[in-house]
Amino acid sequence: MADGRGQVRRRLGLRLWLSAGWLTLLLLAALLAPWISPKDPLAQDLFLARLPPFWMDGTEPGYWLGTDSLGRDVLSRILHGARVAMTVALVAGTLTCVIGAALGLLAGFLRGWVDMVISRLIDIWMAFPPVLFSILLIAVIGPGLGAIILAIVVIDWTRFARVVRAEAMAQGAMDYVASAQVAGRGRTGTMLVEVLPNVLPLIVVLLTLEMGIAVIVEAILSFVNLSISTDDPTWGGMIAEGRTSVHQAWWVLVFPLITLFLTVLSFSQLGEGLKDRFDPVLR
Amino acid sequence: MQLFRAVILRLLTTAVTLSGVAVIVFVVIRVVPGNPIAMMLPPGATDEDVARLTALYGLDKSIFRQFLIWAGGVLQGDFGTSITTRQPVLGLVLGRLPATLELSVMALVIATVIGGFAALTGTRLRGTRSEAAIDVANGMALSVPDFLWGLVLILLFGVLWPVFHISGRVTPSIDLPFTTNFYLIESLVRLRPDLWWDIVSHMLLPALALAIPLAAIIGQVLKQSLKETMHLDYVTLSRTKGYSETHVITREALPNAVLPALTLVGVQFTFLIGGTVIIERLFSYEGLGNMAIDAVINRDLPLIQGIVILFAVIFTGVNLIVDLAYAALNPRLRHG
Amino acid sequence: MRNLSARVRGAPDRLLRDVSLSVAPGEVRGLVGESGAGKSMIGKAVLGILPRAVEVLSGEILLEGTDLLRLAPADRRRRIGATCALIPQDPLTALNPSRRIGPQMTDRLIDILGWSRTKAQDRARDLLAEVQITDPDRVLRQYPHELSGGMRQRVLIAAAFAAEPKLIVADEPTTALDVTVQKEVLRLIAGMQARHGTALLFVTHDLGVVSKVCQSLTVLYGGLVVENTTLRDFFPAPAHPYARALLAATPKYTDPGSSLVPVPQAVLDGVQAQVVAADRGWRNG
Ligand SMILES: Nc1ncnc2c1ncn2[C@@H]1O[C@H](COP(=O)(O)OP(=O)(O)O)[C@@H](O)[C@H]1O
Ligand SMILES: [Mg+2]
Repeated sequence: MADGRGQVRRRLGLRLWLSAGWLTLLLLAALLAPWISPKDPLAQDLFLARLPPFWMDGTEPGYWLGTDSLGRDVLSRILHGARVAMTVALVAGTLTCVIGAALGLLAGFLRGWVDMVISRLIDIWMAFPPVLFSILLIAVIGPGLGAIILAIVVIDWTRFARVVRAEAMAQGAMDYVASAQVAGRGRTGTMLVEVLPNVLPLIVVLLTLEMGIAVIVEAILSFVNLSISTDDPTWGGMIAEGRTSVHQAWWVLVFPLITLFLTVLSFSQLGEGLKDRFDPVLR
Repeated sequence: MQLFRAVILRLLTTAVTLSGVAVIVFVVIRVVPGNPIAMMLPPGATDEDVARLTALYGLDKSIFRQFLIWAGGVLQGDFGTSITTRQPVLGLVLGRLPATLELSVMALVIATVIGGFAALTGTRLRGTRSEAAIDVANGMALSVPDFLWGLVLILLFGVLWPVFHISGRVTPSIDLPFTTNFYLIESLVRLRPDLWWDIVSHMLLPALALAIPLAAIIGQVLKQSLKETMHLDYVTLSRTKGYSETHVITREALPNAVLPALTLVGVQFTFLIGGTVIIERLFSYEGLGNMAIDAVINRDLPLIQGIVILFAVIFTGVNLIVDLAYAALNPRLRHG
Repeated sequence: MRNLSARVRGAPDRLLRDVSLSVAPGEVRGLVGESGAGKSMIGKAVLGILPRAVEVLSGEILLEGTDLLRLAPADRRRRIGATCALIPQDPLTALNPSRRIGPQMTDRLIDILGWSRTKAQDRARDLLAEVQITDPDRVLRQYPHELSGGMRQRVLIAAAFAAEPKLIVADEPTTALDVTVQKEVLRLIAGMQARHGTALLFVTHDLGVVSKVCQSLTVLYGGLVVENTTLRDFFPAPAHPYARALLAATPKYTDPGSSLVPVPQAVLDGVQAQVVAADRGWRNG
């Protein structure tokens, strides 16, 4: 029994490290893309269109993962696509987290009319199909990185608000908050000093999950051709293009898809791993 | 009396939620840059033409007036006229609804079967390696959203081993003799296995893509719930009666474990329906979601409004049904 | 049951240490000991519902001459289902909340013993009447939450006797009940047992209860049988010092006000030494 338990723990640790490793790799790729990309991600060459990846016949040197139907290098585009993906993950994830958690904390701790308003808003948001909502928002705001980040924040703040509100309410009902208030701290002071540290582990877990979601949302928006400008390489844009030529050049779809898959999986496994680390706090 | 009050309260909050959705869509889409009227007129149309059409669609009035007019129409069952197709929105939307409903329900059925099977097998084999393997697969399925599963399925069963269709709802060359848009149901009713199979082989991959994450959630929640139930005395008592482990799990534990899992699955089902938007796009499936994306791209304001409201109605409706099902299945509430 | 030993898988110490006891047809044997002594574990071993983590190391469980531990799992299950029954401790959790009383009483008769539905239902009705439930037909149609705790315990007792089992294990059947209901339920079990002539293994930590319903008793300490005797021999003068101390520590049911005498430390040390000695013999043997 004890042995089996130890093994499970170790495997969780391994998953945590694999995920963190992959994400670090991506971050480096995003930072260094202009220098490590073998080709110019935008350079088209119709004579080199739909080259297969390196292990197949009929390749050109330097085009490791083949080219798309316009002759652009798939590997270079994936590397450059990581820049958009990572930016969206970090910035949109963090902003969503901060805003959502703040609203949830306010609602859960102050209760009263603040809670009423925020809860109603959450209900309304839950009645929207999120993908449609984000597409609608992008159509309104116009394409671009900032627009995508804004859309993600507007749509996903409820994920944090819901969970944090419930947790803050549970924590607020506990004795130590009451005793802190008796000790003479104001409401806001109590909220920040006593409740926040207790919901923090939960927030961190949700944050990593949200980063994965942000990457997906960006890919979906690129897929319906509403992301940033059509020139900039994004994984979603590559996937959209690969989807149309999947019977002629599967690699245009497969490589960005694998990258996206691993990235999303890593973010969520990182979240799960952290959740286990925080286990005593989360029960 | 208490029940009556609960129902009234529930209907009121639902009304508030739906109005909120209506107001938000209405305001948001009227900030859209680009004049939808100018887009629908042929080049060379005069400013006068534009103004006339704008007035026709009521777009020259203030947002507040427009909303009142629209809301008044909605209460009478008139959702306006689509700008791109110039047909009544209600008809367009209801024409596509069956496709999305069939897809969602099929996905729900698949998810319930797979998830339920995983939970039961995991419980039956608890403590073994197989249980651990099921848990890992569950975790994977849970971490990756429907959009990516859809792409994976396209590659696997559309390209690598092309056994299913990856786009459309039915083979275009087939002339459907149907009177409704519930193709799947009607093909069954009319006893046309050939058509039925064509429709199913179009629906299967998108339905599976939607189903995989939900199946994982059902598997996880139901298994947890089963685990708690299996410790209870009546389960032990049933074992001493001479019943097999499988019987004990499915007959004694399962009915009581389903109930706590139900509410959560209800919420997740609304997420699944929301997922049809992108999955329909991915598989070029002619449902509501696909229509919605086209409507956004074409700036078809009345159509967007209609579709979003319909989704909101479906979502709140599903939640209502889940709550009712919960009450109906719980003997404690049934005979309270 | 003969020389039964069991332990938690992989654990160094045994939970049951060469336990031997027997219950004759028509006999009520009390099984007493402090909490954690392994009383329930013995009951579970007999009924084939030991926790997964617990393994039987040696010994046999004889039911009418057949060693249950030698049977294939499925055979054992059916054999136990057909010949044994359990009266559980907590009536609130021992009935399935989503099933009506009727099917819960008759399922074994129909599925395991192959009775017809009507025969099983008649049987359930008779038994409910026997445990003094006034409207058996109504109760059979009700759900557990519609019944009081005392009613549910009656239902469970009736259900245990439904298949005319050879042996019934009652695991602290009164502990979870109100003091007022306790006596009544005790009388009910004793009465049913006498009428049906069933062998009954009565698990309890209360010697007062034993004195009322049992003919013989087994005293358990740390999974070790310290005394196996009849009630007549036990109550005037238990042979084992631990049993004596336990008796002294039990408030007299005739005189609830009398002060409690805790089991002296010396006695505990003595019986603990006996456990250690038994383990030494087991390790070497
Ligand atoms: N599922 C289990 N796994 C491991 N040990 C157990 C389990 N259940 C009970 N035990 C241990 O077995 C011993 C006997 O328990 P039990 O038979 O329930 O005692 P009691 O005499 O109070 O009925 C206790 O020491 C307990 O710690
Ligand atoms: Mg016990």
